[in-house]
Amino acid sequence: MISMFLVIGLLIVVTILLCLYRAVVGPGVFNRVAAVNVIGTKTVVLLVIMGYCFERPLFFDISLLYAMLNFIGTLVFAKYLERGELCF
Amino acid sequence: MLLIDVIVTILLGAGMFFMFIGAIGLLRFPDFYTRLHATGKCDTLGEGLIIAGLIIYHLFHYPGIPLVAVKLLILFIFIFIANPTATHTIVKAAYNKGLKPWRLGEGRR
Repeated sequence: MISMFLVIGLLIVVTILLCLYRAVVGPGVFNRVAAVNVIGTKTVVLLVIMGYCFERPLFFDISLLYAMLNFIGTLVFAKYLERGELCF
Repeated sequence: MLLIDVIVTILLGAGMFFMFIGAIGLLRFPDFYTRLHATGKCDTLGEGLIIAGLIIYHLFHYPGIPLVAVKLLILFIFIFIANPTATHTIVKAAYNKGLKPWRLGEGRR
């Protein structure tokens, strides 16, 4: 079952590389922010899979924290791009 | 034990399929709004399926420590709330900023 998790992790890395193309060459800043958000949510799942591969439950706490930081970062970026300032 | 492994493998494969569909949609669609139409739903469903499969795997292979399963359940609920909210916020910001939606016959943007 560990090899199954390794295969799933490698496939997630391939999808992250596909999204990284859109984050690098995507026209405009909104495409880039959306691609970075998608990469962050894929990274959360990759961290959980890595926790099962290495049999370390510590990785789940890191993935919880990363999910919250990714969500807050996307919200702040969207608000900044919409208003031009960060004053609420 | 074997049946549980088969169920977990099917859930992980289905989640991986949806995540690939989301990534291909992010690459191939012609416009910002259509790209987020692809990723905002497919990624949420794919990650939910993968984490659901991992919860089942954990409950049947490590029944002594259910705290990790609770953490995964919290992550599942959080992703299902936060990911569509983030997508909606980016789309609202782009629309208020004046980004025009793509129409039939225009080139890729």
